[in-house]
Amino acid sequence: MEIRAEHVVKIYEDAPTPTIPDLSLTIKDGELFTLLGPSGCGKTTLLRIFAGFNTLEGGEFYFDDRPMSSVPPQKRNIGMVFQNYAIFPHLNVRENVEFGLKMRKTPADEMKRRVDEILKTCKIEEYADRLPDRLSGGQQQRIALARAIVINPGVLLMDEPLSNLDAKLRIEMRTTVRELQKQVGITTVYVTHDQEEALSISDRIAVMKLGVIQQINNPMDIYLRPYNTFVASFIGFSNLFYGTVESVEGKTVKLNDDCILTIPELVDDVVAGQRVIVSMRPNEFTYAEKGLGMRVISSTFLGQNMCYKVEFIDSEALELEDENEIDEPMNYLQRRLADNEVVHIIPMADKVNVFTEDGEQSLIKGVTRNG
Amino acid sequence: MDKARIRVKWKPDFWFWTTLAITLVLILFLVYPLITLFVRAFQSSTGEFTLANFEKFFTHAYYMRGLYNAMFIGVVVTVFSIIIGAPMAYLMAMYRFKGQRMLDILIIIALLSPPFIGAYSWILLLGRNGFISNMLKVVGIKLPSIYGIPGIIFVLILRFYPYVYIYMKGALQKIDASLIEAAESMGCGPVKKLFTVVLPLILPTILAAAIMVFMSAIGDFGTIMVLGEGAQVLSTMVYKEYINEVGGNSNFASAISLIMGIMTLVFLFAQNYVINKRSYTMNALKPIRKSNFSKGMGILAYAAVYAIIIISMIPHVTILVTSFLPVEGKMFRAGFSLASYQTVFSMLGRPIKNTFVYCFIAIVVIVIVSMLVAYASVRKPNALTHFINGVTMVPYILPGAVLGLTLLISFNRDPLVLIGTSTIIIIALIIRRLPYTLRSATAIMYQLSPSVDEAAISLGCGPVRTFFKVTARLMLPGVFSGAILSWVTILNELSASFMLYNSKTITMSVTVYQYVARTEFGTAAALASILTLTTIISLIIFYTMSGDREMSL
Repeated sequence: MEIRAEHVVKIYEDAPTPTIPDLSLTIKDGELFTLLGPSGCGKTTLLRIFAGFNTLEGGEFYFDDRPMSSVPPQKRNIGMVFQNYAIFPHLNVRENVEFGLKMRKTPADEMKRRVDEILKTCKIEEYADRLPDRLSGGQQQRIALARAIVINPGVLLMDEPLSNLDAKLRIEMRTTVRELQKQVGITTVYVTHDQEEALSISDRIAVMKLGVIQQINNPMDIYLRPYNTFVASFIGFSNLFYGTVESVEGKTVKLNDDCILTIPELVDDVVAGQRVIVSMRPNEFTYAEKGLGMRVISSTFLGQNMCYKVEFIDSEALELEDENEIDEPMNYLQRRLADNEVVHIIPMADKVNVFTEDGEQSLIKGVTRNG
Repeated sequence: MDKARIRVKWKPDFWFWTTLAITLVLILFLVYPLITLFVRAFQSSTGEFTLANFEKFFTHAYYMRGLYNAMFIGVVVTVFSIIIGAPMAYLMAMYRFKGQRMLDILIIIALLSPPFIGAYSWILLLGRNGFISNMLKVVGIKLPSIYGIPGIIFVLILRFYPYVYIYMKGALQKIDASLIEAAESMGCGPVKKLFTVVLPLILPTILAAAIMVFMSAIGDFGTIMVLGEGAQVLSTMVYKEYINEVGGNSNFASAISLIMGIMTLVFLFAQNYVINKRSYTMNALKPIRKSNFSKGMGILAYAAVYAIIIISMIPHVTILVTSFLPVEGKMFRAGFSLASYQTVFSMLGRPIKNTFVYCFIAIVVIVIVSMLVAYASVRKPNALTHFINGVTMVPYILPGAVLGLTLLISFNRDPLVLIGTSTIIIIALIIRRLPYTLRSATAIMYQLSPSVDEAAISLGCGPVRTFFKVTARLMLPGVFSGAILSWVTILNELSASFMLYNSKTITMSVTVYQYVARTEFGTAAALASILTLTTIISLIIFYTMSGDREMSL
């Protein structure tokens, strides 16, 4: 089932500005689509609009061309998985999974067959007769998943389903969710604030901020070619520098006199002297004799790499979250830099991203908001 | 935003109609009677506006005496209830105590028994012809009189200290052990710890309990009717003035009631003001571990706690024992007899039946209304739910006699005459005891995650069906703890029913009072025993069914 939202508006009476001012997107049939963003970005609000638990104050959305906003939630044929699982504590595992089928008056033999099957798929058949309160978080989430999928919903909505699990289980359940979703082939909207989870699980991601979609694309393109500085720094870490376009034909951007980058993917409609922002991931650099000078503030050993908190001393770096940082993979590490040591680096010109001075728009060829 | 159409699509749903219906019922049976009371207080017997009723009250020493008595009794009972209840709660919460569960039940029984049973059995023991007084008279000791103000105070303290105990024990159990340990780690000794950490944390609770005791004490009716012997307080005056007033327009009784109502309101607001300023939400992740007594302290603590509880239980034992004594004329004889019970069952079938029928209907209505209102006010709050929650607090603090009077003066004339019907008694019981269940239902509702409802809805279960199939089912255990309190206090309700009963609608507690007043103690004892036994059985059922759940007040 395809989900299409057109100019959706959400206004809460007690909020000064609309939570979602004007949002349009299309989620393709069978894809796992993630809404990703910091808290308050409207991702859960949008999901709950799809579910019918929030009203919308403007626009409309469609499940396969059928307008849905006036259909009551119980008639939308959706499966929903909640952050706190929302298992019915007074029903045992089997009764929980049966609930939706009973509402649909499914014949007993068919119900049994379908429940048995889904319990097996979700690896909870051995707990079928137990009450849920004695089961672990992971098991409860499997029940919630089974309960949502067994009714063959048109759309599966998942609201931060893994955030209450511990780190190890979370990674295990990610795979489970992904595999189950592909197996059933159901259109899924997945809400999370965990960027790593979003990158690993999704077919496509919509990064949201203040109710506005910042970028929609597949995980790799989102990471490598962010549309604006918000996406660049929300997904992974980026060091940001002000620079100036030196030559439009040569596609050069100057960060300081010793660091002029030739950026092959730079768009053509820039003008010489235009101020831009250059973003560099912590590992996208090489050491150099001259370049961007930086002083090491502190270093942290993280196992696979060494992470340095640094201060850039002779360039216009934007400070994000107090400090800038660079990473060096351990297998390339020559020696650990000492605190207060000053070294110079050159960003990798083919990897860095360039944005307009206000950070709102990418200046790299082919990078658009809607992928 | 241009393309966005702003839609307003509110349409009344099930919850709107439900809360609207409940609101209208409350307006009819609570707000309208209160307004009537207010209007009557300012009316002369011919219906003109006057301040004469208040002038009469404030210029006659007799009435001012009643006001003074009520305040004096209220203050003294409150102070002593804290002095007894607070240390008991502290000991029981901080130390291992043998027989704790039984003691808890006994304390609750002391609180929830029929209101004047204490008074009446102390007369049997310490009255002019009392069992103990007579014994001591032989040895030549003369006890102070149990009649009058000192006796009333004594009996009320024994009845109301359990409020302080129950409130405070609950609060102590919510203190996180790590707070105490943190204090200790910073070198805070046991006494200092008590005064710098524990007491400040539970001070709001103590205040809440204090106001509860105070309002119960000044609103008390039965004890003072039985023990007063001429000593009047406001609540008994309301009744007497109502009975005495010629013409039956009850304007002066209304004025006294209004004064009482305003008094309780003032205290309630004062309490809310103090508590809101310094209230802490605590929910112990790690409850305080009880320690063992040192030997000397142990003996002292056990002696004190058991002594108090034994004294509180004396009235109940007395009543049970005397209900099995043979009666000759109005005097008890030694021996064993079921004669009192025979009298009860042959002559008093009606009050027994009335009590159970009224209470059953009332509790069913209370539970259903509470669950609906709690759901609506937590999940779909609107002006109506705010209104309902606000007005239902009024009967929580309003003395029963006043509530009874408001109904009495509102429904004794056309267009709606309900006085003398069982309907009006049941309505009084519902309105008076609804707050307990409503509060516990609201509390449990806040703990239930909305996503459980939403899960049911997303699975195809309509919202109203979800309420009955899932939410109501999950609310029940929490509602139960309030409902048991409503049930037990309905069983033993006296002051409002006393204003409203007639020979057809009389209940057990009113009958007990009548027989006490006629000094037919045997019958009274048998009837009171049945009442107490029902209370105890109800409490036992509650404790067995609810496992470790505490009674919520």
